Amino acid sequence: MSTSKYETVIGLEVHVELHTNSKIFCGCKTSFGASPNSNTCPICLGHPGVLPVLNRQAVEYAMKAAMALNCTIATESKFDRKNYFYPDSPKAYQISQYDKPIGENGWIDIEVNGETKRIGVTRLHLEEDAGKLTHVDGGYASLVDFNRVGTPLLEIVSEPDLRSAEEAKAYLEKLKAIMQYCDVSDVKMEEGSLRCDANISLRPYEQKEFGIRAELKNMNSFRGVHRGIEYEEIRQADILDDGGVVVQETRRWDDAQGKTFSMRGKEEAHDYRYFPDPDLVSVLIDDEWKSRVQASIPELPDARKARYAAEHGLPSYDADVITASMALADFFEESLKYTKDAKSVANWIMGDLLAHLNANNLEMSDVKITGQGLGEMIGLIEKGTISSKIAKTVFKEMIDSGKAPQAIVEEKGLVQISDEGAIKAIVDKVVEANPQSVEDYRAGKDKAIGFLVGQVMKESRGKANPALVNQLLAERLKG
Amino acid sequence: MSITVKDVEHVAKLARLALSDAEKEQFTGQLNAILKYAEKLNELNTDEVEPTTHVLQIRNVMREDETRPSLPIEKVLRNAPDEEDDQIRVPAVLE
Amino acid sequence: MSLFDLRLQEIHNKLSAKELSVTDLVNEAYGRIAKTEDQVKAYLTLNEEHARAHARLLDEQLATDAPRGLLFGLPVGIKDNIVTEGLRTTCASQFLSNYDPIYDATVVQKLKKAQSITLGKLNMDEFAMGGSNENSSFYPTRNPWNLEYVPGGSSGGSAAAVAAGEAYFTLGSDTGGSIRQPASYCGVVGLKPTYGLVSRFGLVAFASSLDQIGPITKNVEDSAYVLQAIAGYDNMDSTSANVEIPDYISALNGDIKGLRIGVPKEYLGQGIDPKVKESVLSALKVLESLGATWDEVSLPHTDYAVATYYLLASSEASSNLARFDGVRYGVRAENPDNLIDLYVKSRSQGFGDEVKRRIMLGTYALSSGYYDAYYLKAQKVRTLIKQDFDQVFANYDVIIGPTAPTTAFPIGSQVDDPLTMYLNDIVTIPVSLAGVPAISVPCGLADGLPVGLQIIGKAFDESTVLRVAHAFEQNTDHHKLRPQL
Repeated sequence: MSTSKYETVIGLEVHVELHTNSKIFCGCKTSFGASPNSNTCPICLGHPGVLPVLNRQAVEYAMKAAMALNCTIATESKFDRKNYFYPDSPKAYQISQYDKPIGENGWIDIEVNGETKRIGVTRLHLEEDAGKLTHVDGGYASLVDFNRVGTPLLEIVSEPDLRSAEEAKAYLEKLKAIMQYCDVSDVKMEEGSLRCDANISLRPYEQKEFGIRAELKNMNSFRGVHRGIEYEEIRQADILDDGGVVVQETRRWDDAQGKTFSMRGKEEAHDYRYFPDPDLVSVLIDDEWKSRVQASIPELPDARKARYAAEHGLPSYDADVITASMALADFFEESLKYTKDAKSVANWIMGDLLAHLNANNLEMSDVKITGQGLGEMIGLIEKGTISSKIAKTVFKEMIDSGKAPQAIVEEKGLVQISDEGAIKAIVDKVVEANPQSVEDYRAGKDKAIGFLVGQVMKESRGKANPALVNQLLAERLKG
Repeated sequence: MSITVKDVEHVAKLARLALSDAEKEQFTGQLNAILKYAEKLNELNTDEVEPTTHVLQIRNVMREDETRPSLPIEKVLRNAPDEEDDQIRVPAVLE
Repeated sequence: MSLFDLRLQEIHNKLSAKELSVTDLVNEAYGRIAKTEDQVKAYLTLNEEHARAHARLLDEQLATDAPRGLLFGLPVGIKDNIVTEGLRTTCASQFLSNYDPIYDATVVQKLKKAQSITLGKLNMDEFAMGGSNENSSFYPTRNPWNLEYVPGGSSGGSAAAVAAGEAYFTLGSDTGGSIRQPASYCGVVGLKPTYGLVSRFGLVAFASSLDQIGPITKNVEDSAYVLQAIAGYDNMDSTSANVEIPDYISALNGDIKGLRIGVPKEYLGQGIDPKVKESVLSALKVLESLGATWDEVSLPHTDYAVATYYLLASSEASSNLARFDGVRYGVRAENPDNLIDLYVKSRSQGFGDEVKRRIMLGTYALSSGYYDAYYLKAQKVRTLIKQDFDQVFANYDVIIGPTAPTTAFPIGSQVDDPLTMYLNDIVTIPVSLAGVPAISVPCGLADGLPVGLQIIGKAFDESTVLRVAHAFEQNTDHHKLRPQL
């Protein structure tokens, strides 16, 4: 069994919740995690007689996102009803966009294995989110919470341009970064403000036509997307290897079991009977409106990446990692106001900072360290005030307290000892206490000096200037 | 175009309606009569005609992104046929 | 002479002069309801206790100098597809027989602001689908002129209540003729405003692109008063027109000299009862005598209007009525096997035949493969129908014809033939599709049943429509005729 005979073809359908204050068609709040049905009104509950009125901010966010994805913006956009019965859909239709989406024909550049690839964005449209179902009584009943109904949602559909789980993940990460830079969404997969479905098919490399696809749902993390697609690649390859035919169907990714399961039979054939919503009027988007929204788009990840390379000589990999999050990129730029050593800033971000965030599942907004703090700390290392080793302690303290590095150094007495006399005294003490190591060194075992340096550093509680320690120790041993 | 009992059954399923055999027969006949009558529209050439969704040429009706108070839970649930934990209770989605 | 023969303005004068109290008005209304409702069956729900309490409050206010609303103290009946908070709203459907609304429609808020008193909710064809009130799932309303005859529909209760003196005025809704046709059948005045003039927020949607709320009254002046109170932009309705509302009452100056009237030959041709035609022609003579002129004109696509209407309205309805699924409100079927069964049983038990028929038609017309042939085609023909009106209105101030091809028909005589029933709307439907305003005013009796004259105006020119209707009314006595109950 192997997938190597087949080329994987993937298209992603991504939903992004817009972080407007109010819902798309009524004035209820859009907050996450409120008590059940506390953010509802007759309109979002779909009571008889209610009417929708479009939230201007939702349209502008959609335009902004579409522009950032290089889409052509519609001059006339409209809303349509997608008719289907489901308990989380109070009107039994979803207000969506059928043939006149806000944006079409865009693209995103992704980088995988050092190569840049352009992925087409078929369309971006605006729609309303549905409610949430909780299953109770061992699955015999469901409870419906309508709080999420009417949260403005972008649906972003990619071309089937992706060829691997890696590429799909890179696309999703880039998309997330762009949405974050545009400040239109919280884009948190774990809170459901970023959701991803995937269409996957396999075809022999020489074949032109796409194979039969499966639609994959319920991948609730980036890792889930990656694993789900990889699982599906193998599943479909097995079927094809055995001369079978892949069934066109929707499959649910089960993260705990690491498998996909058919949802066939659980849903009926759909005929959504789209038609223009007569309760809403069309949206005309003129050049003036477009330019106003265009002007609100900040420098996007790719542009920043290019600038970091040009202005700071940052390696492409580093720039990619840092620009993947706007908060990190902003932190990077802030740091550089206080130091010129961009590579060093990047190393601290990609090393200690990301390690801390990932290990504790935190966002930048959860930690107190500032770009100024990191910049100044690097300055202290350059000046020899603290060693790189001490800096790790300072850095950790900055993450927790947000204090200035100078203050931390002074408070904790972490200033590096660069006084030759003081270090000499420690060197003497160490040499006297470790005659065996001294002997070994003199007998040609160069490694032994490492142990002695370590002992000096330990004795100085890490504060001795390592360069001076090396130098003075070498002199002492010669003598 | 003429519709059959099978079409009526399909449409009833889409519309979530159950029809008795007699009703199916009756609706098939009546809908056919109405649709046959509607065929007269094909006498008109509408190739160059724009569809009218709205008689009024109103465009760009939007509200500002301001919140309004939501309902107290008592009102949300006032008409609920079945409720539990401040939510509407329904039989399981999955069969 | 009963209080019901007074114009709203006259009632106000008597209230001001302390010759009447608001409680008197309410007592009179419920007294009349007690006497005639068994025969007419115009109401589905009465609001008696609240109405009486409200009247007492207003009587207290009457004793002070506090400013009074435009409809101060005037008891109104409201069609039961207009949502009233805390007052059961059923749309005459079993599905909503227990529905206790959690908000007020915009028009209801406006009536409250104008200090009107709600008498109760009026019978109708279920979800406003029908033209006879026989589709009410509770009981049919009867025509006060002849209890064996239909009052028309779908606002049959609204028209019959006014004709029977069971309300001083009422609100109805009109999608394809549902205010005008029952007004015509019951010998009262019914106005369908321009689409977008009166907010639809809180009107339970039948066909969203056509539905309009309007007044049903005993005379044209009252119609102008009520319209004044309910018209106007509403930011809760995206299809509400942001237009300035003129003073409709001052438009009633009786002057129609030089008025140019177009009379569509299609509205007096085949299918129109000769007696109805005769009444319309004599009405035109009256208008001529007042200085108006009329020509025969043509609305060439009239013949396509009914088919266009049934496709569009049913399509929209199939989607609008999908929310009645038994999940959040309404009557949920008992002991469903599963979720789908809950939907299917609740809807099948909750909806009557005509509603099911239209949902089926609309679902079919929108379904995959048929959209272009039916829905899109109908939308295009709608454009042609609207253009017909634009062309005539380029040269004429109003268009006049009958409101309905015939007078009211006997209960039960058309129930088995939906298509024939649909054709009763042949002269009201094109107006709805064009979105323009029209009024039906009494213009005589044929075999003891009222005939209605339809006066159609340009978009947002309700003033002219009302002025012409008023001039006609002031020079005839048709509106003074009352049914004997």
